[in-house]
Amino acid sequence: MKKLINDPRDVVVESVEGFVLAHSDIVTVHGDPWYVARVGGAVPGKVGVVSGGGSGHEPMHVGYVGAGMLDVAVPGPVFTSPTPDQIAAAVRAADGGAGVLAVVKSYTGDVLNFETGAELAQAEGVEVERVVVDDDCAVESSTSAVGRRGVAGTVVVEKIAGAAAARGDDLAGVARVARRAIEQVCSMGVALAPCTVPHVGRPSFDLPDDEVEIGIGIHGEPGRRRVPLASADEITTTLLDAVADDLGILAGERVLLLVNGMGGTPLSELYIVYRRARALLADRGVRVTRSLVGDYTTALEMQGASVSLLRLDDELTALWDAPVHTAALRW
Amino acid sequence: MTVDVGWAIDWARRAAATVVEHRDELIELDRQIGDGDHGENMARGFVAVLARIDALTERPAQVGDVLRMVATTLMSTVGGAAGPLYGTAYLRAATVTAAPTLGPVDIVAMLEAALEGVVARGRARVGEKTMVDAWAPAVTEAAAAADAGGDPTAVLRAAAVGASAGAASTVPLVATKGRASYLGERSAGHLDPGARSTELLLVAAAEAASR
Repeated sequence: MKKLINDPRDVVVESVEGFVLAHSDIVTVHGDPWYVARVGGAVPGKVGVVSGGGSGHEPMHVGYVGAGMLDVAVPGPVFTSPTPDQIAAAVRAADGGAGVLAVVKSYTGDVLNFETGAELAQAEGVEVERVVVDDDCAVESSTSAVGRRGVAGTVVVEKIAGAAAARGDDLAGVARVARRAIEQVCSMGVALAPCTVPHVGRPSFDLPDDEVEIGIGIHGEPGRRRVPLASADEITTTLLDAVADDLGILAGERVLLLVNGMGGTPLSELYIVYRRARALLADRGVRVTRSLVGDYTTALEMQGASVSLLRLDDELTALWDAPVHTAALRW
Repeated sequence: MTVDVGWAIDWARRAAATVVEHRDELIELDRQIGDGDHGENMARGFVAVLARIDALTERPAQVGDVLRMVATTLMSTVGGAAGPLYGTAYLRAATVTAAPTLGPVDIVAMLEAALEGVVARGRARVGEKTMVDAWAPAVTEAAAAADAGGDPTAVLRAAAVGASAGAASTVPLVATKGRASYLGERSAGHLDPGARSTELLLVAAAEAASR
């Protein structure tokens, strides 16, 4: 294992310390229990938006803390959910009196810990709603009892939920908009090479040089099937077709196209994927009216990418366009 | 020997020792069908449990007090799915062990409560390739041993035997719950890491009663 780290046990803490130092105008860190919050704390009267999960997906989630998006993010150890006491403290810190929406990625650990953490906060009188992002269409809901995973589409949901909260929607309203975004977003990813969790020291799965994993998650777990390495255009076609078909996108509809890097793929390659995805969508008569290309939901240094589509309407477009000021997303 | 507060403390110590000893094995099992963090998470949690035990200034009055301490420590240190699952298991076990010593029937009740906690939190059933596959036969075997008139040590030994057999039974299964379920058919042929860690914990419980 070759990594730019000190002690593997200190990776997450040292990384977050550096992050907070670099973005001290936007975020502040709270210790024991550990979470990262917006400078200035909860906004009175505004619905708080909280997310969190294992670390290793940077800039998710701490990079999305700031005006117009998350109020508090709860980082866990690498690829491991934060604990209920952390989540409960984060929810309390985000509450400006109007309740808190927790955006949870659909992974067993995240769901169980957020459920327990939300129960703790509710017991202390904070109104909490949870939405679970399950945008990964690589998981066939019919065969997996745990359902689909939450992957790169989570960024889109957090942005839209944050904008709805900033515009003054009440808790039920923010949850409604977030659930609508979850219904309209779909993703699928590919890995060319696995990643190595620092404290494990070995690659998270074994993948021959001439094969790729289609339908990977974002925790270094293997995908649904393994196929021979093919061109960027061919792989993009596999991903885009699966996503567009699953979402049932029709000619004339508008979408946001997100091409997300997994951490170890150069931006130049992501744009090759984007180029092909645009051509395929044009063939389908689908209009790409918003785009995002880059590393937004990563799996450490995993080589690979995911393609996400969000079906847009006027409201979701307006919420996407609303001002945001975070370390990783700002306009 | 008597299954009492001293046993509960010894169980926690032995659990910590065995989890740390098998950290790499659990990582490897989880790496094959999950994401490789189970060994690290369990070791972190039980090292914290050990620190809490070492810091005790007076002996707790009841078995449940020790189990509750283990529960809250795991809940706040393990993370992943295992944190809330084991945390809930120990918490439910603690609620039915508010006594200085446990008889055979109390031990069965303790294990039943733990199983119910795991099922309530994780919503998994037997056969889905999860820790339930170790907990459920542990309860069955413990109950049979108690019915047959076994002493507390025999009941805990039976639970350990049941958990071991249950863990082994997960190898051919296709996972339909937990992170391994994303692999579908490819999850078959691997021992479930959660079932294995449950086996380790229940073997430690039996060893603590056998010394």
